[in-house]
Amino acid sequence: MSSDHSTYQPSTGFGRWMDQRLPIVRLSHDSFVSYPVPRNLNYAYTFGAILMVMLVLQILTGVVLAMHYAASTGLAFNSVEKIMRDVNSGWLLRYLHANGASFFFVAVYVHIGRGLYYGSYKAPREILWILGVIIFLLMMATAFMGYVLPWGQMSFWGATVITGFFTAFPGIGEPIQQLLLGGFAVDNPTLNRFFSLHYLLPFMIAGVVVLHVWALHVTGQTNPTGVEVKQKTDTLPFTPYASVKDALGIALFMLVFAYFVFFMPNFLGHADNYIPANPLKTPSHIVPEWYFLPFYAMLRAITFNIGPIDSKLGGVLVMFGSIIVLFFLPWLDTSKVRSAVYRPWYKLFFWLFVINAIFLGWLGAKPAEGTYTTMAQIGTLYYFAFFLIIMPLLGLFETPKRLPNSITEAVLRKDGGNTGNTPASAAATPDTRG
Amino acid sequence: MRKLFAQVAPIAAMVLALSAPAMAAEEEGATPHYPLLKPKLVDWSFAGPLGGYDKGQLQRGLKVYTEVCAACHSMNLVAFRTLEDLGYNEAQVKTFAANYEVEDGPNGDGEMFTRTAVQSDYFPSPFPNEEAAAAANNGAAPPDFSLLAKARYVERGFPQFVFDIFTGYNESGPNYIYSLLTGYQEPPEGIEVPEGAYFNPYYLAGPALAMAPPLSDEQVTYDDGSPETVDQYSKDVSAFMMWAAEPHMEERKRTGFMVILFLLILTGLIFMTKKSIFSRVEH
Repeated sequence: MSSDHSTYQPSTGFGRWMDQRLPIVRLSHDSFVSYPVPRNLNYAYTFGAILMVMLVLQILTGVVLAMHYAASTGLAFNSVEKIMRDVNSGWLLRYLHANGASFFFVAVYVHIGRGLYYGSYKAPREILWILGVIIFLLMMATAFMGYVLPWGQMSFWGATVITGFFTAFPGIGEPIQQLLLGGFAVDNPTLNRFFSLHYLLPFMIAGVVVLHVWALHVTGQTNPTGVEVKQKTDTLPFTPYASVKDALGIALFMLVFAYFVFFMPNFLGHADNYIPANPLKTPSHIVPEWYFLPFYAMLRAITFNIGPIDSKLGGVLVMFGSIIVLFFLPWLDTSKVRSAVYRPWYKLFFWLFVINAIFLGWLGAKPAEGTYTTMAQIGTLYYFAFFLIIMPLLGLFETPKRLPNSITEAVLRKDGGNTGNTPASAAATPDTRG
Repeated sequence: MRKLFAQVAPIAAMVLALSAPAMAAEEEGATPHYPLLKPKLVDWSFAGPLGGYDKGQLQRGLKVYTEVCAACHSMNLVAFRTLEDLGYNEAQVKTFAANYEVEDGPNGDGEMFTRTAVQSDYFPSPFPNEEAAAAANNGAAPPDFSLLAKARYVERGFPQFVFDIFTGYNESGPNYIYSLLTGYQEPPEGIEVPEGAYFNPYYLAGPALAMAPPLSDEQVTYDDGSPETVDQYSKDVSAFMMWAAEPHMEERKRTGFMVILFLLILTGLIFMTKKSIFSRVEH
């Protein structure tokens, strides 16, 4: 699939000379111009490109911010304020970067949801999916460390709470925590190493993104029908078809993003982070950024001991487990059918999963007491049941709807106005009208 | 799509039903939730996507700050030079800065010395350090003013916080400060107010705070005919604090307006391009 579409023809002498030595233009042309994509991709498939833009934006704004930032407990808070007040367009850079992190996660959650809905993780795309989960993990680490850098109250106490998780592991926990902190408590060494890692990890993300895109270009994209590309009429060249759709997706996403950056720049942050870090004064509620809230809710849902595992370790295991389980998804789903479009029960459980995730997010922002804890326990149960029970069993019991024979058939049937279940009789017809 | 909704709707209803008892439980909880009252909503000139600061109000707010609040509250991230944002010219700022003495040094003999402040200096703190501030104020150091208007947020709750996105509600801080300043009252029956604390139902962290009611009518003289009342003082100083916390707000909104306009046109153009490209194929 990756080599049979190379239509690049160097038009200049230099182009031919270069093509025989380092065919980098051919690579770009094959990857982003003539690369065949399924013709029925919808806007859920534009979030990969959106994420690419967000990563570049975060790195660019971040590099400039780092020129003005001082990673020292005595200077960090005021250096950020210096950026906000005195650096030319510094307020813009910082608001872009801070809100950019949030919107990075908005995009990644839609992207992951798209993968779950259309079964993008199934063979032969297991490695593609696993690389995506690794990127997600790296993103979480990067975002967490970035949030510590302004050295406000939530920075400090968030770092204290999250690094404290590691102490739950018997024996190795405390050495790990001390290694992370560079001492016995969150202090200057912590801030320094977090800054260093916060600068390093995005480039590691970029590296894994290259592998992710490579794997994508080997297997080809999935599509809303979940039926693999079988014939030439199933696909369209990436440019102009997918690229213009991606461009529209990016522009619309940027509109929403710009609204927050310019008109609600502090809505997604926490007010307490405008108070300088004070190790002697604990905020009344320590909450992580919104994109970690579902995981935070699951952490706090474990309020009971399970045999030798005390509640603290249990919570930490559940929280890490909620990500680790994603690695095994390709083998947990036993259904032969990819797309939820043809899986009525999976579709129902998928939307329940989405609602449950939002519900857990809401609970993560609430105090862990009374009915909230019970609700978080129910939510956590569903989160894991979805992956560990529902997914393996559905494949055995669910009767999927009839699949179209090909993407082309699905496209023509939709345009013909027939309903989903009637078998299409027409074989593939020529795909272009003009 | 309708089918999808039909599948999802009962679940959503179930989730709502589940969360209702939680909300009830919160109200009956043993510990009361602070603040006891939600902040009052003030109609600020700087609210909304096009709102800007009222320079007259900022100047009055500065006067309230320097004559009243500055006795206890520092504002050490704000430089005198930025006061030109309030409509003062360079000479006026210079004169204003000259009212202050700042510590500088060491000089050639290794001695610290005080000198008259210039525009590039920052508002000096009323206390040499936080411990001194706390010691002079019943153990609670008065918070710095530079960012206070962004550092105070009263929970809006679901679903209000979702609506806030669409109404563009960013005035939680100044609303809170205004409510606190105008909210001092006699404690109701059954509420114990500790010695040296003052009951205020708008206070975020408890029933009473260590700050005595700081403002009284006719305390500060206004020369523009604005009412010399606690209510007006509170509004003016809250607006001033919003400016101190977010001095580039007007520039931000102006830039944002252009950016949104640009993106709308760009989106429209891409949309038409996309339509024209896809008109050639069935998809």
